[in-house]
Amino acid sequence: MSVPHDTIGAEYPGFFKRLSLTDWLWAALVTVSTVFVLAMFGGYMDIYQVITLIIHAVAGIWLGWYWKPFRGYALAVGLLSVLGVLSYGDSLARAETNFFLKYLVSGQSAVMWMCALLFMSTAAYIAYLFRREATGTAGVVPALVIAGGATVLGGGLLWLGQGGIIPGLEWVSPLAFLVAVGALTGPLSRTEFSAQVGGALAWTAATFGLVGLFVRWRETYLHDPAWGYIPVSNLWEVFVLFCVITVLMYLYYEGRSRNRGMGGFVLLLVSSAVAFLLFYTLDRQAHEVQPLVPALQSWWMKVHVPANFIGYGGFAIAAMVGVAYLMRAHGERHRPNGLLATRLPGRQVLDDVMYKTIAIGFAFFTIATVLGAMWAAEAWGGYWSWDPKEVWALIVWLNYAAWLHMRFTKGWRGVPMAWWSIVGLFVTTFAFVGVNMFLGGLHSYGEM
Amino acid sequence: MSRSPQDSASPRRPSRLAILVSFLGSMNLAITLLVVLAVASVVGTLLEQNQPFQNYLMNFGPFWHELFRTLNLYNVYAAGWFLFVLAFLVISTAVCIYRTTPTMLRDMRSFRLGVREKSLRGFAHNVQSEAHPEPPEQVLERAGKVLGSRGYRIRQVEQSDGTRLLSAMRGSGNRLGYFFAHGAIVIICVGGLIDGSVPLKLAEMTGRLELETREIPASQVPEQSRLGDSNLSFRGSVEIPEGHSADVAFITIRDGYVVQDLPFRIEVKDFRVQRHETGQERAYESDLVIHDDTLDEPLARTVRVNEPLVHRGHAIYQASFRDGGSFLDLDLHHLGRGAREPLPLDVRVYGNHVQELTDGNRYTFEFTGLQTHNMGTVVDTDGNPERRDMGPSLDYTIRDPSGAGTFYRAMKNPMERDGTNFMLTGVRHSMAEPFQYLYVPQDPDGRGVDRFMRMVSAIHDDQRVADVVGEVAASAARQFHGSQGDVPLEVVESIMIRLMDLFVQGGYDAIVADIEQRAPQHQWDALMDLFGRVVNMTLRELYIQVLEEEGIDSMSGENAAYLDDALVALDALPHFGSDFLITFNDFEQVQASGLMISKAPGQNVVYFGSLMLILGVFLMLYMSHRRCWLMVRPAGQGSQLVFAGTSNRNMLEFNEEFDTLSRYVLGQEIPSDATGSDPARSENSPR
Repeated sequence: MSVPHDTIGAEYPGFFKRLSLTDWLWAALVTVSTVFVLAMFGGYMDIYQVITLIIHAVAGIWLGWYWKPFRGYALAVGLLSVLGVLSYGDSLARAETNFFLKYLVSGQSAVMWMCALLFMSTAAYIAYLFRREATGTAGVVPALVIAGGATVLGGGLLWLGQGGIIPGLEWVSPLAFLVAVGALTGPLSRTEFSAQVGGALAWTAATFGLVGLFVRWRETYLHDPAWGYIPVSNLWEVFVLFCVITVLMYLYYEGRSRNRGMGGFVLLLVSSAVAFLLFYTLDRQAHEVQPLVPALQSWWMKVHVPANFIGYGGFAIAAMVGVAYLMRAHGERHRPNGLLATRLPGRQVLDDVMYKTIAIGFAFFTIATVLGAMWAAEAWGGYWSWDPKEVWALIVWLNYAAWLHMRFTKGWRGVPMAWWSIVGLFVTTFAFVGVNMFLGGLHSYGEM
Repeated sequence: MSRSPQDSASPRRPSRLAILVSFLGSMNLAITLLVVLAVASVVGTLLEQNQPFQNYLMNFGPFWHELFRTLNLYNVYAAGWFLFVLAFLVISTAVCIYRTTPTMLRDMRSFRLGVREKSLRGFAHNVQSEAHPEPPEQVLERAGKVLGSRGYRIRQVEQSDGTRLLSAMRGSGNRLGYFFAHGAIVIICVGGLIDGSVPLKLAEMTGRLELETREIPASQVPEQSRLGDSNLSFRGSVEIPEGHSADVAFITIRDGYVVQDLPFRIEVKDFRVQRHETGQERAYESDLVIHDDTLDEPLARTVRVNEPLVHRGHAIYQASFRDGGSFLDLDLHHLGRGAREPLPLDVRVYGNHVQELTDGNRYTFEFTGLQTHNMGTVVDTDGNPERRDMGPSLDYTIRDPSGAGTFYRAMKNPMERDGTNFMLTGVRHSMAEPFQYLYVPQDPDGRGVDRFMRMVSAIHDDQRVADVVGEVAASAARQFHGSQGDVPLEVVESIMIRLMDLFVQGGYDAIVADIEQRAPQHQWDALMDLFGRVVNMTLRELYIQVLEEEGIDSMSGENAAYLDDALVALDALPHFGSDFLITFNDFEQVQASGLMISKAPGQNVVYFGSLMLILGVFLMLYMSHRRCWLMVRPAGQGSQLVFAGTSNRNMLEFNEEFDTLSRYVLGQEIPSDATGSDPARSENSPR
């Protein structure tokens, strides 16, 4: 570069110039692994699979460059998944005898680890909101009051559920207890410590969740090579996927906004998915691997479902950030020095994250819906059949399209948009699980 | 969907056309239409579509039914008003694009070199310096490099008073995203319209097309209910039995259908259901042969779910299957004296058999369905539930002379329970009930139910019963002694014959009912015990005779156990609903493959629109149109300057970018290492 000295720093270096040695090591690692896989297993792969692998490698390199923490995550997921697959060998029975499988990385164990870690992470993030002030004891009393209230609520839910008065409520009670634990332990710390713990736990949980899905993928082949399928095909599996994707997306936006105050809200929603997952596993044994029905045996599923869940994850985060926004706005109006107005992230940050998560959710939901139409054209004889699931996907899409329009063209911000994003999550949830439960149609795979 | 409701500031009164265009392109109209569409769509998902009118009438009552029917809510997505709203939305979007295009294009291209200093000073993002130490040339050169290296395009002008303006922008593709996304909506809707049901509706409204409601062969459907090759798009279905072929498809419309002629003939060679080892379905597939004059030789292909065959713009899908008239090998037992001599039936699924009895009554057997597999949950020896295939079954209906039907399901394979094999036949009196199963024990040596049928014959044979009663009456009389003193042998015999009669007519329950009706209550228990033993003595003696007929002279273990099972079945027989039992020996399966055939020339239009939509959404959301201006004029040794910027998206990021940019442009900061200077992510940038 031969430029005058005084302009050296002013010129923004090109993209590749900005990459560090670690970035290049990452690229080399991904490339070597890909070449290794091609050399070892290339013979079993058809041209589409080879292309898919290469696309994933390129996307992986790019993601690692764009979002640095992803590299450590990918490495951990890769190593643990390989450990799981190698521990199995070719016998499913080792799940009971092999130490690693039994306690750590079999599909089922890993997902249970994810559930436990997500609960802990939620409590830690909530604790961060109730941290003690640098000076004085302000906030301790409200924390204790909330802890007490949440305990009573949790106990009540447990009692109603266990007593058979309103069966099922016992599975909701952990959420209240998590709030109680968070509020109780929060004042022990004055620093960001509990949020850092929450973040580390969330990263670990997302690792175990994805490892669980990857190892389960192998397990489907161990049950019977003719069964083998990617585990995003029933309600249990997609709930795991939802937890993993939502947590990862949250962690990305936490890093970008440099604010850990949203964790308690987002993770609480993820915890409710975990509660459902626990109910579904322990009460309904829904985690058992079953072969796919013919309608689901399509490679479209592999792209349609994950794209959809990036959408759902984005909308879920936006809604919980919306809740935080409303609480913050309420606090600022009524008690400017209270916990709500001082502990929650600023309105501008919340508004920005809400917009960003809805934007990415909308973009991927668009892709997912288009992919779904293409799949439908191949499976049901028409790209659009006005099937209930399709119609509700359209309604979700229209809802967020309208949200974005109002923000762009009318400049809407703040409280109404927060409310709208919360309502949006209810619409989305109905489209996700409600349609399958209540309306049926061609899309009714995830039955209760 | 328009972003600029008032883009003309002309003082003249707008023309009618302008008002109309303004109305059509307005955001409020678009939102209203979207809400109407969304609500109608929700109604369509809550109200099950395209059911027979009878069902709706039962659910909603005549008033609501009439209202819903008038509003076309039973087929809302094809309703005229729904399509009208959809068309209106397309027009509205198109008008919006038309109105916004000129502004957008100008915005994309224009560098806004005419911007005024006053407005620059009023921008939310601006930095001003009245006495900057460097001369204008140096600042401008550095600003050009800073902005250029960050992807900004740059223009410079010098105004008459020596003021120089540098204008830079990037991300004008964001504006392109608007065209892509909104144009895509129009394209997708047009594609959908091509493939939709509008032409069919028009043909029906103008009377060119009439619905056929009769169940008649396709060849007899009259011309006004047929659609020719020229039909642009359709979605129909046809069921073709193995070994047969068809050159039409049926399009169901409300409570009728029309016939669509195909330009080729589809032959189904074979239909298969592939299964996993556990019996669950793995694949449905049909071997098809397409006979088409335009082909040199017939085209042979296999279609599966998710793997259709596309031929001349027609996509052929595996949609369903059903029985195509399988051949059945059955035995019909009349549960009376003649039970041991069954009538072999050689019938097909969907066929009938009429049986006339000696009393002149005619019974009709309708064979309604064959299932080759029945997945059921069985509890294995360890007490774990296990999914298992229970084997083939045949559904049939028996209609008595009045026409009333009873529904049966005969299992082909025996089911084992506690070491004994049973032949199962389910019975129910309405389709809404679950089946109640009759367990008939199979012969210990073989697989048939001959011995049971001999028992049935024996208990219905009055002479034989009388003989047996004569043989055992003496020992039975001793039982009577114990309780009631001396009872004459003839009385014992007549009681025993009557008890057997009751048993045959209604099982043990009939005997109990008889006792409860005739005897005082304090004797019930004693009598039930006594009569039960006496009846069983008779049945046991009959059974010994049946065994003798088979050449067996001892009641060994398995033969003794058999009697207990047989008595349970004999006791249940009177509740079986008819005097007939069918044993399902074998079958030869013939299946019919249900194919869906669709022609959708708009599909690629829709896909193209979808691609545009995705591209447009990403451009709109992830590109921001950013502009920066640097206005400099000489002031003494240095210069006076204003640096201002604006972005139409992602303000938080632009905040940071503008901070960095302004510091660099003004030469306030030279970063020490190039790698850590990413403005969007550097940790120390102010917030």
